[in-house]
Amino acid sequence: MGNTSLVGLLDAPAGPGLAKAPTGIAGLDQITEGGLPRGRISLVAGSAGAGKTLLGLEFLVAGARQYGEPGVLVSFEESAAKVALNARSLGFDIDALQRDGLLVVMAFQVEPSEVITTGVFDFEPLFMLLDEAIRRIGAKRVMLDTVEVLFGAFGDDAIVRAELTRLARWLEDQGVTVIVTGERGEKSITRRGIEEYVTDCVILLDHRVRDEISTRRLRVVKYRGSAHGTNEYPFLISARGFMVLPITSITLDYTASEERIPTGVDRLDHMLGGGFFRGSTVLLTGTAGTGKTSLGAHLVNSACSRGEPALWVLFEESPAQVLRNMRSIGLDLQQWVDAGLLHIWAARPSSFGMETHLAILFQLIEEVSPSVAVLDGVAGLAHGSPAAETASMMARQLDLLKARGITTLVTSLGHENEAATMTVSSLVDNWLLLRNIETNGERNRLLFVLKSRGTAHSNQVREFVLTDHGVELVEVYVSAAGMLVGSARLAQEAAARDADVQEADNRDRRLRALRGRIAEQEAHIVAAQDQLAAERAEMDRIDLRERHQAAVAKADRSTLATRRWADPVPSNGGQP
Amino acid sequence: MSQPRTQDGGTGTGTGIGTGTGIAADSGQTWDLRLYVTGQSPNCVRAIENLRLTCEEHMPGRYRIEVVDLLENPRLAADDQILAVPTVVRRLPSPIRKIVGDLSDTERLLVGLQVRPPARAAT
Repeated sequence: MGNTSLVGLLDAPAGPGLAKAPTGIAGLDQITEGGLPRGRISLVAGSAGAGKTLLGLEFLVAGARQYGEPGVLVSFEESAAKVALNARSLGFDIDALQRDGLLVVMAFQVEPSEVITTGVFDFEPLFMLLDEAIRRIGAKRVMLDTVEVLFGAFGDDAIVRAELTRLARWLEDQGVTVIVTGERGEKSITRRGIEEYVTDCVILLDHRVRDEISTRRLRVVKYRGSAHGTNEYPFLISARGFMVLPITSITLDYTASEERIPTGVDRLDHMLGGGFFRGSTVLLTGTAGTGKTSLGAHLVNSACSRGEPALWVLFEESPAQVLRNMRSIGLDLQQWVDAGLLHIWAARPSSFGMETHLAILFQLIEEVSPSVAVLDGVAGLAHGSPAAETASMMARQLDLLKARGITTLVTSLGHENEAATMTVSSLVDNWLLLRNIETNGERNRLLFVLKSRGTAHSNQVREFVLTDHGVELVEVYVSAAGMLVGSARLAQEAAARDADVQEADNRDRRLRALRGRIAEQEAHIVAAQDQLAAERAEMDRIDLRERHQAAVAKADRSTLATRRWADPVPSNGGQP
Repeated sequence: MSQPRTQDGGTGTGTGIGTGTGIAADSGQTWDLRLYVTGQSPNCVRAIENLRLTCEEHMPGRYRIEVVDLLENPRLAADDQILAVPTVVRRLPSPIRKIVGDLSDTERLLVGLQVRPPARAAT
């Protein structure tokens, strides 16, 4: 749970005189900061069908099963068989609890037409029966459902009132925690004003219908000596029992994960610097047919392929239809449904009130514990509600998801400037916008990253293309003529390819020419070196020959002179 | 629901209806009554007295009173659906009626016992 302070309160022993008995009802124990006042009497008031009896049943059953506190149920309205039947609708086996000595059910059907009062009386038999039952099973909890019936049955209000007051004091002396239910009155909280003399804690249940949509709400009107949430909280009664939604506003105590989770679209991950932060919230807005659902499908697909459970809430289409449509872009989501990883829940926004939707979402989250949630088409939820209410509802939803570290994508039909969108956008961490643009007789989709907290995200626009293998993001061409998308982009891409080929040709040609000239120069150098070597050789040869001839000539002359006995001739003497 | 029967009961004398003096027909009707009490509480003691006196005056010899003390068997209260004491359960004549209180209001007791028809536009 995200709210550590509340958890702390629940765990900590209550202060002196403020001991509490947990009801076991999700949410109610949070609002009351621990449960009902222990050893005291709480009144649960509401009109017929508001859920008073079910709340009390939960209290008794939770006591018996979870908290080791057996209970006694006294019904003044229904037969024991009917009580058991009602309990079964909540999944409680009353008979088994009675067999195990954890619960005693007493039912009195007091039919006013059968009873005539004359003179003074008291409820001594009720005291005796309660006393006997409490002792027999060591009961710590008692529920009296609905004591107001006694007024109608016994006529004499003064006596009934006095006897109920006596009963209340007696029950407190027994140290049992008591729930008394009462009919909602016109002017007072209950029709007979029981709240004035029997209770320390008053809980009001309300069942309202607006725009043909019914919503159940709960409010703690009074809680003597204890802090409590004072707002109206939506609640649900389902096959899994009674559940109250404790949330009212965004609390800012989330942990921030550094982990990125891929969106399932590579280039989008790239634009976002690796994907969304785990636990962050993403708003995806765009007009109809811009591909919002497909992007959502990618996100759940990506989560499921990592083996993480995902929740997909659809407000516009049936699960079968969405699964079929996603197959057409190459996403097989059925496999994740079969594998139990993907949970799809679909409901028309108009089927329930916003609070009920919220409550159902809460329940789904508790059940599925998804790592990724996609709420598709939330704009429909606004359905005739004021923008402020819609925004507060969205805030609650996001709070709920965020507090649990669930990465959430909310898609909405909104436009950038809509009031509701504006409010929501300040609550989300990422805001992606899909927009249709019409050019050259085509409609093409563009994706903008308007906001991405904590990310150096791309400021560029990408074209958003749905292919038979999923969503792809493509660069758009920005030229002097404007942005090029669709077939204009394709043409531009072709032209660019041509230009590339041309460029390559030119380069090759120049390289070839250069290479030729280099080879030529190198050949010149080789030839010149050959020449040089030849000339040097020639020069050496000439030199050598000359020296040889000179030596020979000298030798000849010397020989002659010897032969002639001639005078020695100085060297070089005979040379010119 | 109870009115037609009450008038049937009164047809024997005819004139008795609504006059406050009539007594149920001598049609062999008997009263089978069970009075639930819790020990000797003042209310209960008074109720026993009041019931005996009224029966003796209005239906002598044609009634039977069984006094059940719930202190001796508390479970009977649950089985017999008794929330308050003193309570007289009229087992006969049918239908079953419960008369709650110390029975100090004799007129109401007589109506409850079906000795008298209820006052006009009664509950």
